[in-house]
Amino acid sequence: MNSRDLILGRIRAAIAGDAPLPTVPRDYRRGAEQPDLDLLVERLADYGVVVHRTNDVAAAIAAILGTGQVVVPPGLPPHWLPSGVRALVDDGLPTDRVAAADGVVTAVAVAVAETGTIVLDATPDQGRRLISLLPDLHVCVVHPEQVVSSVPRALDRLDPHRPLTWISGPSATSDIELDRVAGVHGPRTLHVILTEAPHDH
Amino acid sequence: MTFLGMPARAPRGVGNLRGDESFPDAARTALADPQLRRNLRHATTTIRGKTDRVTAELPDWQELRAVGAALKAYTMAHLPELLERLEERVTAAGGTVHWAADANEANRIVTELVRATGQQRVIKVKSMATQEIGLNEALAAAGIQPVETDLAELIVQLGRDRPSHILVPAIHRNRAEIREIFLREMPGVDPALTDDPPALAAAARRYLRETFLSTPVAVSGANFAVAETGTLAVVESEGNGRMCLTLPETLITVMGIEKVVPRWRDLEVFLQLLPRASTGERMNPYTSMWTGVTAGDGPQAFHLVLLDNGRSAVLADPVGRSALHCIRCSACLNVCPVYERAGGHAYGSVYPGPIGAVLSPQLTGVEDNASLPYASSLCGACFDACPVKIDIPAILVHLRNTAPHPRSERAAMAAAAYTMDRPVLYAAAQRAARLARIVGRRGRGLPPPLSGWTASRDLPDPPSQTFRDWWAAR
Repeated sequence: MNSRDLILGRIRAAIAGDAPLPTVPRDYRRGAEQPDLDLLVERLADYGVVVHRTNDVAAAIAAILGTGQVVVPPGLPPHWLPSGVRALVDDGLPTDRVAAADGVVTAVAVAVAETGTIVLDATPDQGRRLISLLPDLHVCVVHPEQVVSSVPRALDRLDPHRPLTWISGPSATSDIELDRVAGVHGPRTLHVILTEAPHDH
Repeated sequence: MTFLGMPARAPRGVGNLRGDESFPDAARTALADPQLRRNLRHATTTIRGKTDRVTAELPDWQELRAVGAALKAYTMAHLPELLERLEERVTAAGGTVHWAADANEANRIVTELVRATGQQRVIKVKSMATQEIGLNEALAAAGIQPVETDLAELIVQLGRDRPSHILVPAIHRNRAEIREIFLREMPGVDPALTDDPPALAAAARRYLRETFLSTPVAVSGANFAVAETGTLAVVESEGNGRMCLTLPETLITVMGIEKVVPRWRDLEVFLQLLPRASTGERMNPYTSMWTGVTAGDGPQAFHLVLLDNGRSAVLADPVGRSALHCIRCSACLNVCPVYERAGGHAYGSVYPGPIGAVLSPQLTGVEDNASLPYASSLCGACFDACPVKIDIPAILVHLRNTAPHPRSERAAMAAAAYTMDRPVLYAAAQRAARLARIVGRRGRGLPPPLSGWTASRDLPDPPSQTFRDWWAAR
């Protein structure tokens, strides 16, 4: 008998003859249909995210990055990038070049107001998972139509077959005396630009 | 020989489910360490405050707990078909599924997978399952170096120490002790390192960065696996998980069979319960989800090892099986008065605290962890704190009925029963306790032979008047 059949046989023996269970209730909140953008801003800031509300994305990025070199995913809207910034488009860059960049700029798939979370799903305006991981500074551009009120509504929007990264604040640890302190392996600085400018792609 | 197909316990001689000594003996060592008690009290008090605040924020916290419990019960009742479905979905997405009946088989599978890559080092994300089976020891015996990348695991590994908490394995260390360990053991560390937590975190970042970038094989655990879609999820804080799940060419994930969840939407329940109960956050900094392999992004070889190692035997006990509902949040540790004083090492197993006291004896068979069902005052705080409503006190009582009562406790209980049955004796004993208040000032403890009790406990002040005296005088 192989281990697969052995384990499945053991489980079947263990639960044989059990009475059927009642249906799983679903009486928790799904969250408001209209997300509260002010709550998103408050919850992002609560975990140390620097939030910018502006319709001039390029100016906000220029103010954050100065003249540094940033990695950008291949599908990032070009007009988001200010002229002074040196953009390195990720077309399969070697890891060390990504790691050496000053920052990374991406779009997002979904943002969750109640928890202050942004979710990336590796579509072309967000790119490979590693580009938002290795540089020490991450700038995300969020549009109001990408914001949902709650975790249940976020899962409704996401495609489980894509690689997903849920990000709530900069890299942190609670490993020292169980208190959250920012900054271990992921980006230690996280900016979110919340803009109502048209999202043209 | 075990009859094939019958549930089997976790085998002896491998893994970290059994301690070297009984809980009372191991606890004595811990209780004699006042620094350890201070560290634990500080950390558990901090986390309790945070958890209370973020759970009070959700008006439907109790409904979410009830749904979490119902989903876990549903999962156990449908485990065979859910695991088959998970295997099918992971395989369809380009992954490979392996089945490990016990720790030995899981260690063998992972070692062979690493050997096939030709690598001699792996990076690891903190994982209870791989600690349970002793994977690091097995890899090291095969000449493969496992590098723990979680900050607390790194502190434990560098300090040649043992983990003492599910979530924060180095909870028994304070910042000053962590600084000492780093200065002593971390190659290339800045000698001017302070004990400021962000500075300690930055030291770990510098130390591990090159290892992340140059190691092509990673080993992880999993918090959830969705049967419906084949999606795996790892919940973490630091980004070391993202590093291990994204940078290597090969990813090997070891997961207990009970971690499967039926549907994608079920994650909406557990992703609300776990971070709030665990680290007291609305959401943990990073959660990674992946389904098989994705061309051009992340590991191109993905192996999922499904581990039994005693779980099917736990499932066979209708009272004890809900211990398998545990989502490893460690809320029960943080509220437990016994854990707060004895610490995690006293439990012997990698699963400490209240959940460990019910899970470890069931995975190994009660005879191998006979003192653990007694490592509790049955106060019920763990049940209240559990985000999936595991009735830990009920399982403890159930296990006590199958394990022999320790002899010394039996004698103490018999003496108490004798005294309480005789009102005159009982009144005298209570007055004696009041006298002790005058004789032994706070902090000095009780005289012999009761000094054994107070050597490792802070004695509360007895009241100035006994209840019986007050009643008689009113």
